[in-house]
Amino acid sequence: MSYLEYNTKYVPTGLRKVLHLNWPIILLLIAVASAGFLMLYSVAGGSMTPWVEPQMERFALGMVLMIIVAMVPIWFWRNMAFLAYGGSMVLLLGVEFFGEVRMGAQRWIDIGFMRLQPSELTKITLVMFLAAYYDWLPNKKTSHPLWVILPVIFILAPTMLVLNQPDLGTALLLMIGGATVMFLAGVHWAYFATVVGGGVAAIVAVFQSRGAPWQLLKDYQYRRIDTFLDPANDPLGAGYHITQAKIALGSGGWTGRGFMQGTQSRLNFLPEKHTDFIFTTLAEEFGFVGAFTLLVLYLLIVLFCIISAMGNRDRFASLLTLGIAMTFFLFFSVNMAMVTGLAPVVGVPLPLVSYGGSAMLVLLVAFGLVQSAHIHRPR
Amino acid sequence: MKRPPKDIISSARMVSRRALVMGGLQLGVVGALGWRLQSMQVEQADQFRLLAEENRINIRLLPPSRGMIFDRNGIAIAANEQNYRVVMVREDAGDVGEVLAKLTEIVEIDPDDLSRAMQEMQRRSPFVPVTIADRLSWEDVAQINLNTPALPGIQAEVGLSRVYPWGADLAHVVGYVGPVSDYDLSRIDDTDPLLQIPKFQIGKTGAENKLERTLRGSAGTRRIEVNAAGRIMRELDRQEGDPGKDIQLTLDSRLQSYVQARLDGESAGAVVIDLENGDLRAIASAPAFDPNLFVRGISVPDWTSLNEDKYRPLAAKAVQGTYPPGSTFKMVTVMAAMEAGLVAPDETVYCPGFTDVFNIRFHCWKRGGHGNIDLHESLKQSCDCYYYEIAQRVGIDKMAEMARKLGLGVRHDLPLSAVAEGLAPDKEWKARVRGEEWRIGDTVNASIGQGYVLSSPLQLAVMTARIATGREVTPRLIRLIDGVEQPTGLGDSLGLNENMLRRIRASMEDVCNHRRGTAYGSRITDDAHKMAGKTGTSQVRRITPEERAAGVTKNEDLPWERRDHALFVGYAPYDNPRYAVSVVVEHGGGGSRAAAPIARDILLQAQYGGPPPLEAYPAGVRDKIAEQQRRIEARIPPGAKGRNRV
Repeated sequence: MSYLEYNTKYVPTGLRKVLHLNWPIILLLIAVASAGFLMLYSVAGGSMTPWVEPQMERFALGMVLMIIVAMVPIWFWRNMAFLAYGGSMVLLLGVEFFGEVRMGAQRWIDIGFMRLQPSELTKITLVMFLAAYYDWLPNKKTSHPLWVILPVIFILAPTMLVLNQPDLGTALLLMIGGATVMFLAGVHWAYFATVVGGGVAAIVAVFQSRGAPWQLLKDYQYRRIDTFLDPANDPLGAGYHITQAKIALGSGGWTGRGFMQGTQSRLNFLPEKHTDFIFTTLAEEFGFVGAFTLLVLYLLIVLFCIISAMGNRDRFASLLTLGIAMTFFLFFSVNMAMVTGLAPVVGVPLPLVSYGGSAMLVLLVAFGLVQSAHIHRPR
Repeated sequence: MKRPPKDIISSARMVSRRALVMGGLQLGVVGALGWRLQSMQVEQADQFRLLAEENRINIRLLPPSRGMIFDRNGIAIAANEQNYRVVMVREDAGDVGEVLAKLTEIVEIDPDDLSRAMQEMQRRSPFVPVTIADRLSWEDVAQINLNTPALPGIQAEVGLSRVYPWGADLAHVVGYVGPVSDYDLSRIDDTDPLLQIPKFQIGKTGAENKLERTLRGSAGTRRIEVNAAGRIMRELDRQEGDPGKDIQLTLDSRLQSYVQARLDGESAGAVVIDLENGDLRAIASAPAFDPNLFVRGISVPDWTSLNEDKYRPLAAKAVQGTYPPGSTFKMVTVMAAMEAGLVAPDETVYCPGFTDVFNIRFHCWKRGGHGNIDLHESLKQSCDCYYYEIAQRVGIDKMAEMARKLGLGVRHDLPLSAVAEGLAPDKEWKARVRGEEWRIGDTVNASIGQGYVLSSPLQLAVMTARIATGREVTPRLIRLIDGVEQPTGLGDSLGLNENMLRRIRASMEDVCNHRRGTAYGSRITDDAHKMAGKTGTSQVRRITPEERAAGVTKNEDLPWERRDHALFVGYAPYDNPRYAVSVVVEHGGGGSRAAAPIARDILLQAQYGGPPPLEAYPAGVRDKIAEQQRRIEARIPPGAKGRNRV
């Protein structure tokens, strides 16, 4: 029995919960999604099909799901955490054995009415499960090695499965998201210092292993690393995406080329212009002003989550809110770093803007959890 | 598990502290992203915008239509023909195999073409039209258009291709076009971007080649916006090029056709010059080839047969072939001597049938000799000894000088492939090229157009034209370029003695019209169109003393390539010269028998502008001639195949 359940008399009930939703976050989400609709309309050549309409439908569905999740008390979700984690692990294993191979990677599973990408789901369920774990764990055990190894295993298990698909981007996001929850829960600095040191050593090892019989990464991943280091090397091959993306971005200038006037995306020089590279279209058509505005909107969403979490004395709720905020942050910052040439192209969509069903639904459900945490915070 | 309140407070504090650290880190990352965006979009914007422009704009060339070539009457001899082809766009076709199967039911398509097209389609982007079949008939195109709904992705297109309506008759003059090759590019210094277009057609030989720049025109350009796959999205602007300029030649395609037909069966060359302006009315080389074969891309068996034919159909013998002029050179020898004042017209030379020069015996063609013989008789009967004698008096240098004055041994500037320079040898030449001293025997050989002397049919025709007019007639092949008249070739007076020229012409008249003249058998009996000329028979081998002792073998008994060349030069009408002609029949035997009849027929045809009446021929040969005229008329292609322009 948690502290929360004894302090619920001030928690709103029934429809009054609606008044206590975190409305700034909802408005920001709508603003960002609208920017997404605009861009999808533009890359389709000024058409609602094939992307805007389904995207809007899914956003509406996602918002409804978000409200429903928000209405449910947060302790119910805490109790569901283990189940959710277990379920997503089962799905990941399902992908391993029954998944569809698309664009060279095995990421999707067909569950009848839609195709699900379990790795998307796992990003949230992992954070949820870790938050529940630290809510359960007494404070003084947090940095005890035994109780540190356990969450590391919880993190590595899905990470390995995702890495095997292969999906390097999501694997990194899972690791960083999980580690963030551990960090927020108060695990000792020394562990993180050790991991970072180990990470640097691992990078060195990865590069040393290249061409050796014990090569650690796939060839295409090495090539992506090469391309990242010098995209000009192979402008029509591996470096094509990033070179074209940078041209689109840079040619946007201060105020952009105008809505629907971006030549790079309209003429298909941009790859995956409606998914991972949609930010370049926005930057090309609305320039620095538009791109920076979107960045600020994203940052505001994260900030409102942090504020909400800091005002929440429930350990599970605040850890969950912060973990989701970090996952969200990782999404857009990695995507933007990727298309601006600051990070390798790892296949991370721009949240709420890129076309994609399961990613958006999962994200909005996650924000439903954030809202639930906000509504049901102890007063 | 229930937490003590103290635990809750410290836990919340810890989370808040660490949340602030996380927020700080995130702010830092966002700052870095913002800075990156600023540096790319604000600072380097111009540079990236330039790259974007380069990305999207492509310049395509618009090939100009090639200029046409007409004959003097405005009949097309090189034209552009609309050519129907069928192309397929893979992405529109759906099931490529099925559509192609239907297409082959409608029109007949070569299986090789089909498999080549299939391969190309697989290689190219799905929206690139690939040619399935070329040079379809209008009926086929109509069939395809009728069945359009059943043939998705199939389109009939119209292009231009070069066509030579006169086929082989003008092959050596006009030449042919073909796709530009790497070899062409390495050989010609031309930066025209059109040449970079794959399979762009350029002139390969003849006038098509020499007048390439005029005929080609200049490319237009089209700036188009393309997408990443190269698909054309829209045209930004278009600048039309200049079509190639039309050219009118001096040739008379009708006469040319006649001459080609008349030379049929021989390996020969003939040239007809209009004496009023130097216009070349016909330049014929036989056998010829069909230039249309080359435009389509000649097949290996065709090429092999053209190349291995001992009659060399590909050689333009009329301008490119050089032959010892034989007795047709005698006018040069005698004119050189007379101009130098070393021989008087009435002076006689004794011909015993041979002349000994420093212990070397030079024979006259007539074993018994001509006895006492003067200028007139020596030309008429073509006595050799007369020329052996006067050549020794005048010397080779003066002879060479006269030869060049008359147009031998000089390259005439015509827009044709490989116009031969020939050779009018002199002492300086032999010293320079052979490194030997000139011998008197060389002079004696040269006096009758043997030895080192070489000339082309074109040069012989020019020589005849100059003797007939006394003017420096220069051959002209191009009459108009883009409607602009080109300078005519009726030159200034050569400054030769008129009396001498009259005597030479009179002798040439007797060659044809006197009973004892060498070309009497080929005379023209119609006085208004009378011909004057000179026969020539040039040896391609030495007759050894043994052969001579054994009685010289008759020409007909020798293998073809060792027989004598037959030559004839002439002009008509004698009283008012209008046309000069030269005929060389390779290994044809005697000039009077093999070459003179051809020259006579050509001159008659030229003067009458068509088949002459039989009355122009001696009574004894009229039946034969009538038969010949019928044969040739049947062979000449119908005259107005091309489009009339003038």
